[in-house]
Amino acid sequence: MKGIIATIILLTGSVVTAFLLPHLKTPIILALSYGLAALGISVLMRAGQVSFGHAMYVCLAAYSVAFIAKAYPGIDGLVLIVCGVAISTIAGAIIGIFVSKYREIFFGMLNLAISMVLFAVIGKYYNITGGSDGMMISRPSFIGFELERDGFETLLLITTTVSILLVTYFIERFFNSPAGKFLCAIKTNETRLEYIGVSARFVFWKGYVISSSLCGLAGAIFALVQGLVTPEMGYWLKSGELVFISLLGGVAHSFGAIIGAMAFEFLKMYAAILMTDYWHMILGSTLILIIYFAPGGISGWLKNKKYI
Amino acid sequence: MSDLLKTTNLNLSFGSIVVADNIDFSLKEGERLAVIGQNGAGKTTFINICTGLIRPDSGNIYFADEDITKKSARAIVKMGMVRSFQLPQVYSEHTVRECIELSLAARDNKTSLFKSLSSCVDQKEVYEVLTSIQLLDRSDVLAGSLPEGHKKLLDIAMALVLRPRLLIMDEPTSGVSSQEKHEIMRILMGVLDKYKVTSIFVEHDIDIVSQYATRVAAWISGAIAADGAPDMVLNDPVIQEQVLGQSFSRTEPNMNTVKLVKGVS
Ligand SMILES: Nc1ncnc2c1ncn2[C@@H]1O[C@H](COP(=O)(O)OP(=O)(O)O)[C@@H](O)[C@H]1O
Ligand SMILES: [Mg+2]
Repeated sequence: MKGIIATIILLTGSVVTAFLLPHLKTPIILALSYGLAALGISVLMRAGQVSFGHAMYVCLAAYSVAFIAKAYPGIDGLVLIVCGVAISTIAGAIIGIFVSKYREIFFGMLNLAISMVLFAVIGKYYNITGGSDGMMISRPSFIGFELERDGFETLLLITTTVSILLVTYFIERFFNSPAGKFLCAIKTNETRLEYIGVSARFVFWKGYVISSSLCGLAGAIFALVQGLVTPEMGYWLKSGELVFISLLGGVAHSFGAIIGAMAFEFLKMYAAILMTDYWHMILGSTLILIIYFAPGGISGWLKNKKYI
Repeated sequence: MSDLLKTTNLNLSFGSIVVADNIDFSLKEGERLAVIGQNGAGKTTFINICTGLIRPDSGNIYFADEDITKKSARAIVKMGMVRSFQLPQVYSEHTVRECIELSLAARDNKTSLFKSLSSCVDQKEVYEVLTSIQLLDRSDVLAGSLPEGHKKLLDIAMALVLRPRLLIMDEPTSGVSSQEKHEIMRILMGVLDKYKVTSIFVEHDIDIVSQYATRVAAWISGAIAADGAPDMVLNDPVIQEQVLGQSFSRTEPNMNTVKLVKGVS
């Protein structure tokens, strides 16, 4: 419950900041949507698994949004988001059948490999995908409103905020449910799981599907905010960033992924402005400090201190 | 009455070591079999083969007259044969209570993604189980932080609450002080009687064997050297010399739990 309250405070703070400092509105929406994707990674981390390819679901949803927007001009933005999530969920369900069999480095690398295939395919079919230039998305109506850029972004910000609240609530419920607790047991004892008659693979598959839809939600929002999708969104570096955020925020509570994403995006933004040449070093040092002093990430630290 | 568990011509070698040497074995419903034998005799391997953790080189296994030789561990559990492990297998980052609740949820096919685990299972039953293994006061600690003896009990309870027809326990009392051994066996046997569960247990303590078993099977080098009433087997000169001899009643170090997927430590 405290974690949910912390999430509400963070989201409120974000919305207020976006109104007070309009130039931060876009970065805030982008950071929040990154938080959703990192939450997808965190779901798998609770099963002790790390995927180095999950940006593919972000990318897949973003391209789905771009394609559908192009094919059906006049389609509503909210419908586009739903479609993006649906497509990445279906992809996750299919790819999950295959990758749910693997663990640890094999699982991580397999996801990376699949994401690289997607990346290569998008780059290669220039005629359809626009290659490395990507695809533009003209601003759609949103929930029936035809809006200017600013109003559109405000609605997107609200949509993102509400999505995060709902997702946080459901994910926390999930981790209290039998399915969620079975998923965590994969981290500690898969053998025991099989010996009480539970299919560890099916349990893991469910977690994988959830993680792919969260990444899909992030990708769809991202695409609409940016108005542009590029193959870079699915590049392995982006997958790595998601893992970084997830570690930074910690998996003790869903709140971790969201605050981790905010911290990461703004650290990156200001580090890049203030210390153009050193910002990678700053990111790296941050991660080292976190791993050394707060291995549970921000949320783990807060939980230890009983703040959440 | 037909056999509950039966193996025919079971063979398995690890390289040049023969760990199952043409084992023909059968167990009837209601029996309480103690398995004895020195370290490395092949007791754990036999359990691993019967429960689908490793496959025999040749031979067949039947449970309740069905051939289970090629069945998965999970399918065998669903048929009613469950086990505990020599090195206790618990979810180290879940609480003791959750470990029990997860077994109950698995038994009753509760796989909700939304309802909380504790509301999916009968809390009265959780309470009874925790009380019977005397872990009620430790129900909220992480299973990984329990002392070895308690972990063993928890491991057994996680199997037993599945309401099996046959429970196989690999050294339920090893790692436990000798006064506590009898206490643990008394609790266990009480529960097994109550639910009419047939059982096999690997045991090194001769007092425990003679007190609780209805039948004893002695393993030597992958083969069953003697099998019958406790008096008969324990007084057999060959068994006395080769099994009960020097190292009997000493707890054996663990070295072998085959990994199913991963995660056994
Ligand atoms: N997975 C394995 N690979 C190779 N050798 C094994 C394996 N598991 C057990 N062994 C060997 O098989 C023999 C029988 O082991 P085990 O069945 O554990 O004996 P027990 O439980 O009676 O002490 C031992 O010599 C052991 O080292
Ligand atoms: Mg053994």
